[in-house]
Amino acid sequence: MSRKKTEREYKRSFAYHFFRWLNGNEDPLMGQVEMKPQKPYQETPEEIRRKIRERNALFLRFYGVVKSREVRNFERVYKIASVIFCSILIALLLLTVSYLPPVGSVERPINNEVAQRYIEKGLEETGAVNIVSGMILDYRAFDTLGESHVLFTATVTVLILLRLDKKKDSKNSSPMERTEIDDQVYEPQNDAILQGAAFILVPIIIIFGIYVILNGHLGPGGGFSGGAIIGAGLILYLNAFGFQKTERFFTEKTYKWISFSALSFYCVAKSYSFYTGANHLESIIPKGAPGAILSSGLILPLNIAVGLVVASTMYAFFVMFRKGGF
Amino acid sequence: MGGNLLINYGEAVAAILFGIGFGNLLLQSNLIKKIIGLNIMDSAIYLFLAEKGYIAGRIAPIAIDNSPHVEDYINPIPSGLVLTGIVVSVSVTALMLSLTIRLYKRYHTLDLDEISQVLKREG
Amino acid sequence: MTVFTYLLMGFLILCAIAVSLSKNLLNSILIYMSYSLIMSIIWTILESPDLAITEAAVGAGVTSILFFVTLKKIHAIDEKSGGRHYNE
Repeated sequence: MSRKKTEREYKRSFAYHFFRWLNGNEDPLMGQVEMKPQKPYQETPEEIRRKIRERNALFLRFYGVVKSREVRNFERVYKIASVIFCSILIALLLLTVSYLPPVGSVERPINNEVAQRYIEKGLEETGAVNIVSGMILDYRAFDTLGESHVLFTATVTVLILLRLDKKKDSKNSSPMERTEIDDQVYEPQNDAILQGAAFILVPIIIIFGIYVILNGHLGPGGGFSGGAIIGAGLILYLNAFGFQKTERFFTEKTYKWISFSALSFYCVAKSYSFYTGANHLESIIPKGAPGAILSSGLILPLNIAVGLVVASTMYAFFVMFRKGGF
Repeated sequence: MGGNLLINYGEAVAAILFGIGFGNLLLQSNLIKKIIGLNIMDSAIYLFLAEKGYIAGRIAPIAIDNSPHVEDYINPIPSGLVLTGIVVSVSVTALMLSLTIRLYKRYHTLDLDEISQVLKREG
Repeated sequence: MTVFTYLLMGFLILCAIAVSLSKNLLNSILIYMSYSLIMSIIWTILESPDLAITEAAVGAGVTSILFFVTLKKIHAIDEKSGGRHYNE
């Protein structure tokens, strides 16, 4: 049985105050609130012009990038000239290509007696079924040694450029640098999907890389590609599980020892083969039967050495970009 | 104008890619785009070399019996050259990217024009 | 096979132009990655499997990873701007 409250009674009740507060007419602590429509915020054109002028002055003071008319004209001329230059370059190259002998024919000058010699005597002299692998690791092994040293030099240079000095940076560094260091230490976060995928994929990738390296003299592959595959697997492992897990088995010292021992093994092995070859001595390293996994003399150990250098270099590139030093 | 442009379409594509990469180097002011342009020029030259060694109807230089004949296989020399080049190009890319990171830390921009203007102001 | 090669070559040129014209650094690196993959398929067609396997591992894998880490370093990968801010 309900009774309708009078107006006065209702104004004193709790529900009245609650709904007034809910509708925003009254603040319970401060009494009644007066609701007035706000004046829309509008800037006069003069104000906007003044702000733009101030910003340009600030920009000019810091960077000096307000371009004069001559610079703008020069840029326009430069763009047009470079487009014309590229078009002329493409046209000239296409004109040259149109006079070249047709692709796929035997009568090109590149198919000379060198290629014939590599193909017909390669298997007999190096023992490698894959003729390209026998060529780059036996006939032209000096070239490959230089290439491994290019990789090593590049790693050292990247290390010099990106190294962060920990002792200097921990004290009195700016907040931005400190956030960068924190970013390097605390990432990557624990991601369940990434970790689950990496748990399955990393062993498969690394085993495939080892297969490509060991199969380098029998089929397509070799030290470079297999090393890059192993490096990619290590990078995936690092991204999923963080630096603490990988630092247990791969530190700066490990990198130094792997590179040093692989490169010096390469030097010693090729020195021996150059010595015997130049003095017409019989090499004590057996060639083995073509097609077997333990065959082709020095090519398999050299492939393993190159693969180790490439894998650790790829991993070292990533770690140095990510963290600045190992 | 020789008549072999449509037969040598692979080499023509290599020439066009070289021009596009060179245009990237000239026209882009962003350093990362410049590096990508250099990589495109690299791979255009590799494509040109690989087209040079290709011979129609022959197989890859992996010996299928104990006495290989030259009539069965393509030319292995360009493959060896390009294999060396690819791995050198990745180390060059890493070197350039680390230089880019250093430039960004110093000037807080990737635009080469802005960097050169700041340099001019600093004297 | 020839039609397939024509298609791949056309796609190669398209990718190279798209890298140059793309406004977003992240997009252009992704396009460069696909460019490398197409290049490795073309090398398989040109009977150089050594090159194909090396390009797939080095060009499409490690080089792109290095580019991504550089973008992360220069704070160009951002949820809001998507790298657009640093392109101008």
